[in-house]
Amino acid sequence: MTETNQALEEITGQEYKYGFVTSIEEDRIPKGLNEDIVRLISAKKNEPPFMLEWRLRAYRHWLTMQEPTWQNVRYPKIDYNDIYYYSAPKQKAKPKSLDEVDPEIRETFNKLGISLAEQERLTGVAVDAVFDSVSVGTTFKGKLKEMGIIFCSFSEAVLEHPDLVKKYLGSVVPYSDNYFATLNSAVFSDGSFVYIPKGVRCPMELSTYFRINASETGQFERTLIVADEGSYVSYLEGCTAPMRDENQLHAAVVELVALGDAQIKYSTVQNWYPGDKEGKGGIYNFVTKRGKCAGENSKISWTQVETGSAITWKYPSCILQGDNSVGEFYSVAVTNNYQQADTGTKMIHIGKNTRSTIVSKGISAGHGQNTYRGLVKINKGAEGARNYSQCDSLLMGDKCGAHTFPYIEIKNSSAQMEHEATTSKIGEDQLFYCKQRGISEEDAVNMIVNGFCKQVFKELPMEFAVEAQKLLSVSLEGSVG
Amino acid sequence: MPLLEIKNLHARVEDKEILKGINLTVNAGEVHAIMGPNGSGKSTLANVLAGRDNYEVTSGEVLYEGKNLLDLDVEERARAGIFLAFQYPIEIPGVTNAHFLKTALNAVRKHRGLEELDAMDFLALVKEKMKLLEMDPGFLNRGVNEGFSGGEKKRNEILQMAMLDPKLGLLDETDSGLDIDSLKIVANGVNALRSPDRAFVLVTHYQRLLDYIEPDFVHVLSGGKILTSGDKELAKHLEERGYGWVVGKDAKAVGV
Repeated sequence: MTETNQALEEITGQEYKYGFVTSIEEDRIPKGLNEDIVRLISAKKNEPPFMLEWRLRAYRHWLTMQEPTWQNVRYPKIDYNDIYYYSAPKQKAKPKSLDEVDPEIRETFNKLGISLAEQERLTGVAVDAVFDSVSVGTTFKGKLKEMGIIFCSFSEAVLEHPDLVKKYLGSVVPYSDNYFATLNSAVFSDGSFVYIPKGVRCPMELSTYFRINASETGQFERTLIVADEGSYVSYLEGCTAPMRDENQLHAAVVELVALGDAQIKYSTVQNWYPGDKEGKGGIYNFVTKRGKCAGENSKISWTQVETGSAITWKYPSCILQGDNSVGEFYSVAVTNNYQQADTGTKMIHIGKNTRSTIVSKGISAGHGQNTYRGLVKINKGAEGARNYSQCDSLLMGDKCGAHTFPYIEIKNSSAQMEHEATTSKIGEDQLFYCKQRGISEEDAVNMIVNGFCKQVFKELPMEFAVEAQKLLSVSLEGSVG
Repeated sequence: MPLLEIKNLHARVEDKEILKGINLTVNAGEVHAIMGPNGSGKSTLANVLAGRDNYEVTSGEVLYEGKNLLDLDVEERARAGIFLAFQYPIEIPGVTNAHFLKTALNAVRKHRGLEELDAMDFLALVKEKMKLLEMDPGFLNRGVNEGFSGGEKKRNEILQMAMLDPKLGLLDETDSGLDIDSLKIVANGVNALRSPDRAFVLVTHYQRLLDYIEPDFVHVLSGGKILTSGDKELAKHLEERGYGWVVGKDAKAVGV
């Protein structure tokens, strides 16, 4: 995996050398962050005044904030004035065919079972105008439009559907929420916007794959999904293929709003560059993800498989405001080599008879450090609230670590809480048992790890689940024995 | 050529020497019972033959089909036809019996130059074998040994053996923790697998397993050595007189 990523880095580095320098200068604004930069970003995107005001409020608030230090991760100080906050899509020297792509990368793709067309897209092979995913994407877009579903880039939504954006932007994650979310609010580049009208069941999994201009959304991505009364949507974020990015800091924000009887299912597979075997490089993935079950009987379900990034720091959360609303969090987080993950969820019970389920599976290998941090809060008015939490950790080798910080705040005595936690090592006994049946060590490790993650994988849409299993085996390759 | 030839085998676990010169020859088609008091080294012998880590061979030789067995990895031994039925079968949560068994079977088949079985052929085969052991097909969808009773775990071991079609079955205290009904079912399963091409080594503390699986040879192991060998009558003597009878006797190792 690491070698693949190094190879990937070499390739992208070469692209940078040849394609980038000549064409990019004029479309990149200076490094650093100040009000002028915020104004410039907004102007470049032709945003309406409300958007610029919102960005500026966020920026001014950000100046008063301190970078948080409570999380269980270590990284060198980030110089926020040493970052480019806006650059237009990069023009790269594209390989002419897959034959020019590094064989090791292709090997990884093959292990993951990624189709040739998808391989071409991911490696940036120059293809004809009638490229599969684009035409497929356009076809789907037409069909969605007929049903009144809006699925577009965030920038497009700001211009085309300003009222919806105005109404829901910041309604779940306010611009003042936390250091990284506030930074995102000031400088976010792009992202996705989804609106499902009343009573509509979105007929397909929406994914970034089908989004036009999906690539190069940059390091400050912002996604807003609104499911109106009685509607349903399943959204897939990310990709199982190794993703390489020049930007070290990623501070994304995702907001979900589910109105009465609506359901949102949000699945993520994250495989950003994790750094090399010695822990050099890699993405810092500091994400704020939160959903609000605003209406009665609404439901929000987060499923995540986190295998990449040098540091992962995210807590997809649910605010259970409507009576009888349901929040779910299913997570697999893998840390190998020197990766660090501090992840979990917050379930805030406000409405009556609200229910939440948390299933977290942490896998640590190499020198990886894996922390589960979760909060279950039952407010005073949340009569009859229930929570079930299960946090399991699997250790591979003896240099890694697993940490669990469950926080519980209960202000209503009718609440029912259950919490289970286990920590286990991939047993010598389990490995011996598998091998004594003729199964190779590598297959045995995959089998044991996938068994451990099964509860989470079954929540993923079918094709995604298959990919996630393969991804896990690639991520943990060679970590035992 | 014998199937298995053990010559003057010494082995230790951590710093403790447990096997102190084992000699044993097993031919295809034979069933050998190895009996002995607790701590005599019976299970160690089975685990050394299977290649478990932490069991270090310090001297001696083991030939399997004329080749040095000790050179092979655990999985290579398994694919070459050595099967160990565990005294305490291991649980693998979340992995179904069906998936586990199919993966194992196809790894073994591939090694033997046979075609891998697809899901349909696999199911047909496993269901046939399960009947023999009076197992409900519902077992296939349960996690490997997860929440199984003692008897279910042991039956599952024999099912795996029936599927993997080994040349040498090592049964480590398979009778422990079994009630009489389960014992009969397990014994029937083993008896059905007896054939001129296959040998068994049964490690057991008690005679009762041998009432149902009749051995060709019985060896008494104590203090890391085989003290005496004989036919099934020897087991009956042991039952009557206890191990003290052999251990107290002037110890002499007898090869077969």
